[in-house]
Amino acid sequence: MDALHEFCLRMGDNTLVLGHRVSEWCGHSPVLEEDIALANTALDLIGQTQMWLGLAAEIEGQGRTADDLAFLRDAWDFRNLLLVELPNGDFGQTMMRQFLFDTWHHAMLTALAGSSDDRVVAIAAKAVKEASYHLERSAGTVIGLGDGTAESHARMQAALDLLYPYYGEMFAADATDTALAAAGIAPLPESLRASCDVRLRQVTEEATLTLPASSFAHSGGKTGARHTENLGHILTQMQWLQRAYPGATW
Amino acid sequence: MYAQMVTSEAADDSPEARAFQARIDAGEKIEPKDWMPEAYRRTLIRQIGQHAHSEIVGQLPEGNWITRAPTLERKAILLAKVQDEAGHGLYLYCAAETLGVSRDDLTEDLLSGRMKYSSIFNYPTLTWADMGAVGWLVDGAAIMNQVPLQRTSYGPYARAMVRICKEESFHQRQGYDIMLKMCRGTPAQKRMAQDAMNRFWYPALMMFGPSDKDSVHSAQSMAWRIKINTNDELRQKFVDETVPQAEFLGLAIPDTDLRWNEERGHYDFSEPDWTEFYDVIKGNGPCNVERMTARRKAWDDGAWVREGLLAHARKKAGKVAAE
Ligand SMILES: [Fe+2]
Ligand SMILES: [Fe+2]
Repeated sequence: MDALHEFCLRMGDNTLVLGHRVSEWCGHSPVLEEDIALANTALDLIGQTQMWLGLAAEIEGQGRTADDLAFLRDAWDFRNLLLVELPNGDFGQTMMRQFLFDTWHHAMLTALAGSSDDRVVAIAAKAVKEASYHLERSAGTVIGLGDGTAESHARMQAALDLLYPYYGEMFAADATDTALAAAGIAPLPESLRASCDVRLRQVTEEATLTLPASSFAHSGGKTGARHTENLGHILTQMQWLQRAYPGATW
Repeated sequence: MYAQMVTSEAADDSPEARAFQARIDAGEKIEPKDWMPEAYRRTLIRQIGQHAHSEIVGQLPEGNWITRAPTLERKAILLAKVQDEAGHGLYLYCAAETLGVSRDDLTEDLLSGRMKYSSIFNYPTLTWADMGAVGWLVDGAAIMNQVPLQRTSYGPYARAMVRICKEESFHQRQGYDIMLKMCRGTPAQKRMAQDAMNRFWYPALMMFGPSDKDSVHSAQSMAWRIKINTNDELRQKFVDETVPQAEFLGLAIPDTDLRWNEERGHYDFSEPDWTEFYDVIKGNGPCNVERMTARRKAWDDGAWVREGLLAHARKKAGKVAAE
């Protein structure tokens, strides 16, 4: 089914691109414990990528593998949210991006437990445990830094202001989403919004942060219509070996 | 090794020091609350600290390739490996803290250049084959040193080594596996593998530290059992184990004098260029500046995060106390 194929790409590209971004911190974090935790998050995300893109390749049925999808597609075929391709910025910006993503990701994976497709249920069941741990950590860090010093508060507010316009894309539906919902495979994105908004309000309040008044939302990532300039640079790095040495096995 | 040139201090000759030495000779473990000579404590802080710093700086050359790993599986394995190294750093800092220094103090000493880390991490990783060479040769050399250190006299250090050694064999295996894939791959991959071998062979031999005849601090450390084998013993063992592995891979070792010595039952091999070694130790290796800049940047940029989290923890503790 085309919609399911598209859905797997969306899920897998999110975890692939975010995993790439998070892994950029390896060896450069503010404290050793954070270095270990960020590597762990990246590792979970790459593991989930293998499952989602593996299923996408299987549905496609053209003999391609998860690696082919990850390393040999160009930017316009990527279906990740704009949020996850944004640069790391400072540690606060990275953790705010993670928190916004985790909030949606956890809600989505939880809902997928009721999917009509067994393969989706199986992947979601494994991934939701990881996502709930990621959410606990990222929410805790946003609260700790928001409610920390004047400087950490200011940095977290700046991160929220910068990233909030990328929050809405997670809840915008297109024809693929409608088809998936009709087939009982995945929930309508907007059905996740209320519970995500509640969590977002709770956490930002405890973090003494102010949600931006404008609810403007950028879009174009999950449909592939218009990514940010960042994605091309990510792929340039990520796909380089596969592109430079076609046909080699590693 | 990861702790290459640790300055050891001489023991005094007091009755306590003699009783302490007798405990070590009897194979007893020294624990944090036990009496110990100041010289033993200070030497151990330097050694464990240097070892910990090596794990942390050692993340950088491999971290350099995580975003460019050629497959999802290789990316995951490399991430897990580099994460392990951070964990090793953590175990070792904790072991050092039992001797009365803080992790922050040790970090400041690294960043100011007062403490060193292993020379090997000042070499660049230039191709994907370097991920193979580092795992196979560098972790391989580390294992040679760390396995005997599981029996070192200081309890917390020995126990940290037991945990670390469990993970190191996976590190070496994944490196060897990368090399095997490269050596059985395309001509370009084979070329990369041989190039990595050419660049990492001598730096790997340097990891064991200077030759025994030039190693002035070994005797006291060996008496205290914080060093178990001499540098040359471990280097020989490493060469003897590595040569057949290189042959299986079909890689040439960049040493025309390397040959099996029937009489000794060991391989004869060329010494590394010790001038280069001392240059690297003094800060003139190819990547010393980059490595220290990266560590300083991580520490300085992270200051607001550490302060923020601390301030929040204090506020929370205050609220709980007020309730
Ligand atoms: Fe290690
Ligand atoms: Fe290792």
